[in-house]
Amino acid sequence: MKTIRIGCGAGYSGDRIDPAVEIAAKGRLEYLVFECLAERTIALAQRARLANPNGGFDPLLQERMEAVLPICAAGGIRIITNMGAANPLAAAALTRDIAGRLGLRGLRIAAITGDDVLASMRGGDLIINSLEGDMPDPQSWVSANAYLGVAPLLDALGARADIIITGRIADPALFLAPMIHEFGWALDDWDALGQGTVVGHLLECAGQLTGGYFADPGYKDVPNLANLGFPLAEVGENGSAVFTKVECSGGLLNRSTCTEQLLYEIQDPAAYYTPDVIADFSHISIEESGQDRVRVLGGRGRARPSTLKVSLGYHDGFIGEGQISYAGPNAVRRAELARDVLVERLRHAGFSELRFDLVGLNSIYGSTLSANAPAPYEVRLRATGRAASQRLATRIAREVEALYTNGPAAGGGAAGSTKEVIAIHSALIPRDAITHIVHYEES
Amino acid sequence: MRLTEIAHARAGDKGNIVTLSLIAYRSADYALLEQHVTAERVERHFAEILEGPVSRYELPQLGALNFILRRKQQYGVTRSLALDAHGKCLSSALLAIEL
Repeated sequence: MKTIRIGCGAGYSGDRIDPAVEIAAKGRLEYLVFECLAERTIALAQRARLANPNGGFDPLLQERMEAVLPICAAGGIRIITNMGAANPLAAAALTRDIAGRLGLRGLRIAAITGDDVLASMRGGDLIINSLEGDMPDPQSWVSANAYLGVAPLLDALGARADIIITGRIADPALFLAPMIHEFGWALDDWDALGQGTVVGHLLECAGQLTGGYFADPGYKDVPNLANLGFPLAEVGENGSAVFTKVECSGGLLNRSTCTEQLLYEIQDPAAYYTPDVIADFSHISIEESGQDRVRVLGGRGRARPSTLKVSLGYHDGFIGEGQISYAGPNAVRRAELARDVLVERLRHAGFSELRFDLVGLNSIYGSTLSANAPAPYEVRLRATGRAASQRLATRIAREVEALYTNGPAAGGGAAGSTKEVIAIHSALIPRDAITHIVHYEES
Repeated sequence: MRLTEIAHARAGDKGNIVTLSLIAYRSADYALLEQHVTAERVERHFAEILEGPVSRYELPQLGALNFILRRKQQYGVTRSLALDAHGKCLSSALLAIEL
């Protein structure tokens, strides 16, 4: 039976690069996928592109490509990534130039566009179904990107692209496309696509399958977490899938890590919506078949939805933040006094929302879940507020810093920041509103 | 006994939804989870930060439960003022439930 090995080289934009180099060099891969585009990342990238027409792609694209391109070119490993973010064409051009500088000639680089639907959504002809109540004011819209499926990737793979760079595309599609391409699965073989989606879903967060976001000393110990290795799947043409990692890499891969990741960000396990299939995870079984080897069976699927999800990025004002620490005897009471002083000084300033936390006591779970927590020996007061203007937002950091000389005794380590908020709103649009284009470069 | 002695958990997020898996270390303990860690129990536990009911899905063959929590609108990942805007720490709060 024909089998391919697909590895994951990144699970988010800022992910570690050493494990990607390791899996490229030692994973005996046919495909290496970098998933680098969280919900909001593309909106931030769109902002970057507005500031610089040649920007707007993954900030680590160059470093990643320089690290893995020589290995992948030598080993014939094809790269698929959404590092194009808001500007796949510029990302492909840069990748071509990097390959040239590295002396890697004749690489075919595909860039996929068509996910950017901001203009057509603004045009008003699209039927837009909001998934979260009222749509934000169109004046505030920054970006709108539809989740593409496997179709453009299949075009590029069929055209013998060595490197495929996309913007917004469903994360599992990055992994599913090479399976369809290699095994000739029909695009309406829903069970095969469902099982392939399971494989993609398990791989797409990289280290989260191999012991990252998992270790809990004494309960769930992970060997050599510092050198956490990234996962790969051996997929057969019948959809059989065994997950493993490079021998001697850190971390672990077992039933527990796979079960946690299978359900990660999943709502109804029987209905995981993607552009290519509605996958059903409810019949999956997970079996350990050796050291750091896990077999995952039983993914199914139903016909793909007639709509595509769009992530709309919109400007949502500014958040100001300030923090200051109190420690030693009576620390919590001094922090509470500082909080009360801040409330007094800020409550009429014009913030639409203010929030005060005592880090070390109640900042994560709120006061109810933290009710029985013992008083800490040091505590950090954190003040945050939502403001319409940047000027107002900076007032928080100023007032927190001013606690040094205008607040309780012995406050230390004041720090503050102000950030613009790009929020995300999800909606559905008809599938036929999208046309993808595949562009090619040659190194 | 706290849940952390017999089960592990992982939090995920989508907008203002938090997903929490709860997985028995030993398949024999799954029945305990199914019986005691009801959607209502989880809803009471997280009441301060929730808006709307909790949903629960059962996956006995994996020894797992999957909970869907809807957080208050201002807790949505991309616009929250909270320190842990994603809610990634919430899996540990689930494991603090006493059976």
